[in-house]
Amino acid sequence: MNKESKTMRWLNERYNLSLIEHIAQEKKVPQFRGSFWYYFGGVSLFLFIVQVVTGILLLMYYQPGAQTAYESVRFIVTKVEFGWLIRSIHSWSANLMILSVIIHMFSVYFTKAFRRPRELTWYSGFLLLALCLTFGFSGYLLPWNTLSYFATKVGTEIVAVVPVIGKPIMEILRNGSDVTTATLTRFYGLHVAVLPAIFTVVLGVHLLFIQVQGISEPESWKDLPESKKNHIPFFPNFVLRDVLLWLIVLNVLAILAVYFPWELGHKADPFAPAPMGIRPEWYFLFMFQSLKFFPAKIFSIDGEVLGISLFGVAGLLWFLVPFWDSKTPKGARNRIANYIGIGVVLYIIVLTAIGAR
Amino acid sequence: MNVTDTGKMSRRTFLDYLLGFGVVAWLAAVLYPIIDYFKVPPQTEPAPSSVIAGSVKDFKPNSGKVFRFGNEPAILVDTPNGKLEAFSAVCTHLQCTVQYRPDMQKIWCACHGGVYDLNGRNISGPPPRPLAEYKVAVKGDEIIVSKS
Repeated sequence: MNKESKTMRWLNERYNLSLIEHIAQEKKVPQFRGSFWYYFGGVSLFLFIVQVVTGILLLMYYQPGAQTAYESVRFIVTKVEFGWLIRSIHSWSANLMILSVIIHMFSVYFTKAFRRPRELTWYSGFLLLALCLTFGFSGYLLPWNTLSYFATKVGTEIVAVVPVIGKPIMEILRNGSDVTTATLTRFYGLHVAVLPAIFTVVLGVHLLFIQVQGISEPESWKDLPESKKNHIPFFPNFVLRDVLLWLIVLNVLAILAVYFPWELGHKADPFAPAPMGIRPEWYFLFMFQSLKFFPAKIFSIDGEVLGISLFGVAGLLWFLVPFWDSKTPKGARNRIANYIGIGVVLYIIVLTAIGAR
Repeated sequence: MNVTDTGKMSRRTFLDYLLGFGVVAWLAAVLYPIIDYFKVPPQTEPAPSSVIAGSVKDFKPNSGKVFRFGNEPAILVDTPNGKLEAFSAVCTHLQCTVQYRPDMQKIWCACHGGVYDLNGRNISGPPPRPLAEYKVAVKGDEIIVSKS
């Protein structure tokens, strides 16, 4: 008997691994024209792992504070061995992770995988996207450079627009009435402790739902007999393909980090004007650009209040898609939902392109 | 509700309510101090009513400078006519810091493209209100800006 099976037997005697074995054998993934999109969930997970690992490495040198935040990041990228690589990978991976999560979300939306009985998987996934964006927003401030300073100022001010509760929440976020180094401390705590803890729990729940319910089959399979449905085993077939994709993503990350290292910019100066060409990260660009188009007043309401309220309502409707989609006849393709989805994608792409000019 | 033959609430139901109330009270007792902890205590640092924005010789017509006024940025503009004007440099749209654009002869915000004239009035772009105006006085060589 070889060594591996001895180890397995030793473990099996103590922990009854047959249950895991059974789950691995039973789990299967539908194979159809759109099954490529299924890989983006796994890619998002992989990028999250990269974020955790590189984030922990950055923690070893990063120091929050007025005189230390920018300087410690500069120290990481200029003095620490491979510090530039770790920081660059962390930044690139954060952006790719959000991109991957967004692709994952739209693929779930267009394949209608959010429908009964997977409503809670959609809600938990939406929460994960919101957490990703909060991760991005809080991490953006940590190098304490000019861009991040003004992005935080504008971003937290948007919260203050919400009637009654907005201003107190903004003060809690900023750790005061303005963006200062006290905000930096708060964002640091949020970014390295609070968000990872919440994210890990929600991610666990999201994965548990998928495990319990199995992977969603396409709508077009509803009336097909079992014999006509094509599946591949999750383990090892799907896992090996997933791992191959992870390897490709890791290579893409390395290429991006080496050839397009993430810039540090200039140190934040709260008493300097906002620099020309300032804009937020690409995933907030469509909202940023939309706010530029809103006039100062619309029917005596401040343009920004109306704009932000509209985005709030749109976000809520998007979150509630399993609820309003279910109002259509069961099994229907619900073209309205498709048109809305295509409209949203086009809107985001066009406004992002205009904002990026 | 689980009631006995005599119509009274059973001991079990009563204990369930008591337990539920205990759990809620316990949660409130744990969460209240945590939520309160995040509230920022009032800062005691007094805001100055006037500051020295710079020296007259540092300015020339059609230029501007952002300077610190307490905890906030303010802007001093030497207009093309040579008049000194001062305003809060906090854009009324989403609080970015504005700057003077000599090419436009206007105050401009880089974040969302808001434009103010040299009286601080919002004239184009998304800002909903004018900039807060400050008083400017020259004493000897010093430019003193104060809140009106």
